Amino acid sequence: MKYFITRISAIFMAAMVLTACHKKLDQFPANTLTSEDAYKNLDGYKRVLARVYGSMVLTSQNAPATGCFGCGDVKGVDEGFSDFFRNYWTVQDMSTDMAKWKYADDGLYDMQFNRWNAGNPLVEGLYGRCMLVITFANEFLRESTPEKLSARGINAETIKPMRAEVRFIRAYMYWVLMDIYGNPGFVTETDPFGTFTPPQITRAELFTYIENELKGIDADLLAPRTNEYGRADKAAAWAILARMYLNAQVYINQPKFTEAITYSKKVIDAGYSLMSNYQWLFMADNHIGNTEAIWTLNYDGVKSQSYGGATFIINGTGSGERQPLVQLNGLGGWGAMRATEKIPQLFPDVTGTADKRSLWYTDQQSLNMDDYFEYQFGLPTTKFRNRTRSGGYGNDPNRTFSDIDIAVSRLAEMYLTYAEAVKRGGAGGSEAQAVIYLNLLRQRAYGNASGNITTYDLDFILDERARELYWEGFRRIDLIRYNRYSEGTYLWPWKGGLRNGTAFDATKKLLPIPSKQLAVNPNLKQNLGY
Amino acid sequence: MTLHRLLARAGALALLLMVFAMNVFAQGKTVTGKVTDSKDGTPVANASVTIKGTNRGTTTDAGGNFRIAVDNNNAVLVISSVGFTEYELTVGAQTDFSISLAAAQGTLNEVVVVGYGTQRKRDLTGAVATVSSKDFVKGAIQTPEQLISGKVAGVQITSNNGAAGAGSRIRIRGGASLNASNDPLVVIDGLPVDNGNALSLINPNDIESFTLLKDPSAAAIYGSRASNGVIIITTKKGRKGKVKFNFGAQGFLQTAVKNVDVLTASEFESVIKSRPELSSVANLLGKSSTDWQNEIYRPAFGQDYNLSASGTVIDGKLPFRISGGFLNQDGILKTDNFKRYSGGLNLSPKFFKDNLKVDLNLKIARTVNADADFGAIGSAVSFDPTQATTTNSNRFDGYYEWLQGGRPAANANRNPLGLLYSRDHSRELTRFIGNIQLDYSIPFVKGLRANLNLGNEYSNERGSFVKSDSAASAYPAIGGKGGYRNRSYLERRNKLFDFYLNYVKDVKSINSRIDLTAGTGYQDYRYFNFNYQSWYYDGSPNGPYPIRLSDNSDDANGDNGYTIISYYSRLTYNLASKYILTLNGRADGSSRFAKENRWGFFPSAAVAWRVSEENFLKNSKVISDLKFRVGYGVTGQQDIPGLYPYLAVYNQSNNNGLYQLGNTYYNRLGPVEYDPNIKWETTENINAAVEYGLFNDRVTGILEVFSRKTKDLVSVVPIALGANFANSLLTNVGNIESKGFEVTMNFIPVKNQNTQWDIGFNVTYANPKITKLLINEDPNFAGNNVTVIGGSIGTTAQIDAVGYRPRSFYMYQQVYDQNNKPIEGLYEDQNRDGIINEKDLRVFKPSDAPVYLGINSSVTYKRFNAGFVMRGSIGNYVYNNVFMQYGVINQAKLGAVPQNIHNSYLQTGFLNKQELSDYYIQNGSFLRLDNINFGYDAGAIAKNVNLRITANVQNVFLITKYKGLDPELTNGMDNNIYPRPRTFVLGVNLDF
Repeated sequence: MKYFITRISAIFMAAMVLTACHKKLDQFPANTLTSEDAYKNLDGYKRVLARVYGSMVLTSQNAPATGCFGCGDVKGVDEGFSDFFRNYWTVQDMSTDMAKWKYADDGLYDMQFNRWNAGNPLVEGLYGRCMLVITFANEFLRESTPEKLSARGINAETIKPMRAEVRFIRAYMYWVLMDIYGNPGFVTETDPFGTFTPPQITRAELFTYIENELKGIDADLLAPRTNEYGRADKAAAWAILARMYLNAQVYINQPKFTEAITYSKKVIDAGYSLMSNYQWLFMADNHIGNTEAIWTLNYDGVKSQSYGGATFIINGTGSGERQPLVQLNGLGGWGAMRATEKIPQLFPDVTGTADKRSLWYTDQQSLNMDDYFEYQFGLPTTKFRNRTRSGGYGNDPNRTFSDIDIAVSRLAEMYLTYAEAVKRGGAGGSEAQAVIYLNLLRQRAYGNASGNITTYDLDFILDERARELYWEGFRRIDLIRYNRYSEGTYLWPWKGGLRNGTAFDATKKLLPIPSKQLAVNPNLKQNLGY
Repeated sequence: MTLHRLLARAGALALLLMVFAMNVFAQGKTVTGKVTDSKDGTPVANASVTIKGTNRGTTTDAGGNFRIAVDNNNAVLVISSVGFTEYELTVGAQTDFSISLAAAQGTLNEVVVVGYGTQRKRDLTGAVATVSSKDFVKGAIQTPEQLISGKVAGVQITSNNGAAGAGSRIRIRGGASLNASNDPLVVIDGLPVDNGNALSLINPNDIESFTLLKDPSAAAIYGSRASNGVIIITTKKGRKGKVKFNFGAQGFLQTAVKNVDVLTASEFESVIKSRPELSSVANLLGKSSTDWQNEIYRPAFGQDYNLSASGTVIDGKLPFRISGGFLNQDGILKTDNFKRYSGGLNLSPKFFKDNLKVDLNLKIARTVNADADFGAIGSAVSFDPTQATTTNSNRFDGYYEWLQGGRPAANANRNPLGLLYSRDHSRELTRFIGNIQLDYSIPFVKGLRANLNLGNEYSNERGSFVKSDSAASAYPAIGGKGGYRNRSYLERRNKLFDFYLNYVKDVKSINSRIDLTAGTGYQDYRYFNFNYQSWYYDGSPNGPYPIRLSDNSDDANGDNGYTIISYYSRLTYNLASKYILTLNGRADGSSRFAKENRWGFFPSAAVAWRVSEENFLKNSKVISDLKFRVGYGVTGQQDIPGLYPYLAVYNQSNNNGLYQLGNTYYNRLGPVEYDPNIKWETTENINAAVEYGLFNDRVTGILEVFSRKTKDLVSVVPIALGANFANSLLTNVGNIESKGFEVTMNFIPVKNQNTQWDIGFNVTYANPKITKLLINEDPNFAGNNVTVIGGSIGTTAQIDAVGYRPRSFYMYQQVYDQNNKPIEGLYEDQNRDGIINEKDLRVFKPSDAPVYLGINSSVTYKRFNAGFVMRGSIGNYVYNNVFMQYGVINQAKLGAVPQNIHNSYLQTGFLNKQELSDYYIQNGSFLRLDNINFGYDAGAIAKNVNLRITANVQNVFLITKYKGLDPELTNGMDNNIYPRPRTFVLGVNLDF
């Protein structure tokens, strides 16, 4: 009997223990934070802000992986390819005469031969990157409403410029989507979270939205050149507006050259000046004393590693077969990327004797890109170097990752924007002033007045933009604006997949909405031609 | 406690037990006897012969003979053996006995271990298969699952590769999931173990039996973990009678079977010199002729020793078994080595007039794996055969390497021998698993018992990885540092509390038997993953220190895990021994899910009709057994990726993912995508079977048909951007259906006094098909691309697509010329739109076999026995990644150096890699003679010492159309897999 009682009571005890145990099913991972933990103080807000900014530079929260398709922020594409600038650059420059890539990776052939379609991983990757940055921005805005700030005891005045910057980043991302995809999905902080399917916005509507946003945040953004390095200020917004207005004819079929002049002039007059040495703009220590950059994406070879940015450009152009080039550029070499002859040919001489912006590696290379697969055809650039002005190397002891910060916009672009908008009939500026601005660029390039001009035409601007801004991700936009992108009026090696180039379908001026997004979001309609 | 000390203690304990055994031994007269099967006179081996009222006893040898000393003529011998009715006799004046044991009503009362208790085999209503030690696969068996490979219908066991100590992939009826685990639940002596390292640390020699619960009507008692079936392992227990020792030793030799067909040095040289595009590397060719594959492989030796003692001590009160094992095996790849030290103890005493049964099991094991660099396999395939293996210099430890600017060349492969030898890695796993089970038959309620099971599992994995900075593969960058000294540490813990009541009642009045079980369980799994700093070889840190949220530990991922709380019950109702009904129900709560989705209920019901018990068959001469059964059940799968997938969290970037704002680099904090509504996958299954025995069970068999439907498949699917913090999300979206059948047949063509011949055959057909993949169905969505091709940058070879088997190949259709030669780069334009793009890819062939089979046979003739096991699969295809990657001309030059190519380029003439050509999808059907074994029972070689000698050959031959080395692959991708060796084994076994 005694045993029986013992047993029965044991059963009861066990039952009671188990009821208490149900609470044990409420578990929370160690070393992880809830949103309340994340936003408990100003430092938390700053770190989330760094997540939003950093999402354009870093491909995930962890050390960068290459060859991994599930590790990065953008799933389903190779994390190594998924850096914002790399993806953006690939669309803007590799689909043109700027650069060609050796390997058949990741949809690159289709990109550089102008035959991509909606399933292309690069098409998917850039769209995904932009939309995710927007989603992170929206989350920051949701978590920094006046109600949330006061409930958490955070000073709203300190957060105000951060909110404006986050809206700026979102607007910039929407500008990229408008420029490249035309009619993307559209989502703001007021939309629900979860498995919501965002509506589609037209290119024209989006133009208006971006215009209103960039103007609407002007009051809250800090004055030009007063914010911390790497953070956006009023001039950053003006520069994007100037760029957007210059291309308004393409976007909304309306000229906005007057506005382009207004906003480029605002930037020009905001106290920026050209760096004395063109090469310094693209070196490991280009964050030091950079008076020309308006807004930068900040990379570091140790602390902010990514396979994008200049890491991609330098490793992509370098080659183990060209050790002097590897030494000069300061990082290793994947032996993949060279310019087509069209770009070096824009300079008076390839070696840069006259125009010092002509930075090419010519030893054992042939100028003409007769073969995109063989490295010796076409010229690798030496414009980007992960070396310091004093001759040192970058921070990464393994010489894989670059320290070079990438300027999203810099003063030179504003000079060129001003000059082109004047030439295209915008009001509020003068050709005489434009010549002065252009000669500032020319004098830096030549080291003296020998390259100065007295007049210019639109073709000169296109070429000068290529000479000044080559391999910085502007070429596709420029060629479209000049109607030389898909058309037969201008051919370059491997355009349309042929050695001598061929026209391709004009609908390719827009990238398609990625097929995976069409599949999961019934609100999206595909762009014409895909 | 170090292992040595532990083994020493175990040894001391064994000695102590021996002394006990000796003390109670007394002298008298000796009787002998032979035990046979009453049915056909065949000897009964391993029958237990004990003297009633004492702890003394012995067992019969293979010939059924025994010899035992008795005190006087009044002694009563009790002879028992599984499957036979116990037999008692008084010795009297006789000294030699001939004892004939009657089958226990045709093995009717044989019990089978099922979840939470046992069931009589005749009462089984579900698909339950058992394999006991006498039927295990014999030979050099390193991991337990290999003991039943090819033996059970519906169970496919594929060893991962040929490495020493390599584990296997186990699939029961093909797996029910896409992204969640497809591994069956493994339960060892009642303790569900963590599937991270479920089997590798169990010494196969300690296992008594496997029970496989294949369908949900049987497995539903394990609820949310049973969708992929359950493997219940019962380890060997202490036996009745005098202490007996067993010592087994095996020596084995492994050899490589076949090398990858690459060019010889002279063929390679002529290719390089004949092609202008390769001229730039022609001057780099060497003068040697090296077969790199022969260089990296070797004949490898191994040894396996096992010692165990089992019997009853302390006046027959304490049955025990203690065992120790040591396995030391070299792999055929140089530097590969695997060692396992293992020890086990079982105590199974009974108290309170046998009402309280205690079963204590402790197992400890430690494995040491040399962690050889398998990358050497691919490197040996492609390294330039004209180069010598070593140089005269000391640089790179003396190995020949490609140089560029005086340093190891970028974009070049490394010397395979350098990869193997310039490296000092090891991985040590230590595991403890123990449980105590108290089973109490409550004396005044007949048929009621209470069972308490407390279990604990602890394991840790410690890695040490050192490579010197003179190794070419870790050579310093210019101005940088090289080599490394790294370590890793992972700890797993698992606690079990389980309690159930069981009530069995025979209600004679209505000719019924009721067996009711109800219980509750709590199980908690924890993982501690330590995240260490990386170091260069010179001891300086490589990169910033890992981030820690608390400063007092090195533990970056912290204490994570999950808990499951369960309530379960089972009712078996047996009417007239003919009609049997089983009902199972289990409620599981898992910490992986949100409160609203946390609890799931998993029911099952099954009925069986034992037709052979009906009067019209009872006396049939032909049909000795006939049973129909049908069952329905629902099971779950909670083992989905991630431990907290429903929680909204912010994660912190690592120290390479900081972002600079101003002069400060910030550890970024960002939201992580999540599905608050995620829940388990559920599988519904219908299973019907007929079991039969003919001609006095000389022919037996089972035919099973099943239909299985998994819904709410957890899958990472693309989602609309803008709505969550990623473009894909782990959520419940998909469905898979599977239909199939299993056929098991066993024959005993010959069975007489001297000879028994058994033949077993099983075949399984399972046809899983994805029926849903997306939240919103979209006809233009091809599917989820999976499985990256080796040597490509992210190109995938397989697809999970609606209407097809999971992981089917997704390829372009190759176009061939008149001579049936593939035309490079020319593919069928499936949609006739004039362009070849991803829309022209088609789902081609499955990577998993729809049909797999096993054939085994054994013959015993007097003291000899021999047997074999064959396994095969039909209809599986393999992506020949080796042909694709190396069988093209332009691979003869990698970067700036020459690289060997595969001679398949002779058939294709391809210049460039054709990653997505279905030319490389090759038929992987095969039939393998897995094992042949021979044994000879030498009998008593000394007093009370019996000897058995065995010999085996494993992986004897392979019949296949597949053009690569071996088509048996866990994922259908043949990419420089460590080849399975051929193994020759000699063993001796002593009983004393």
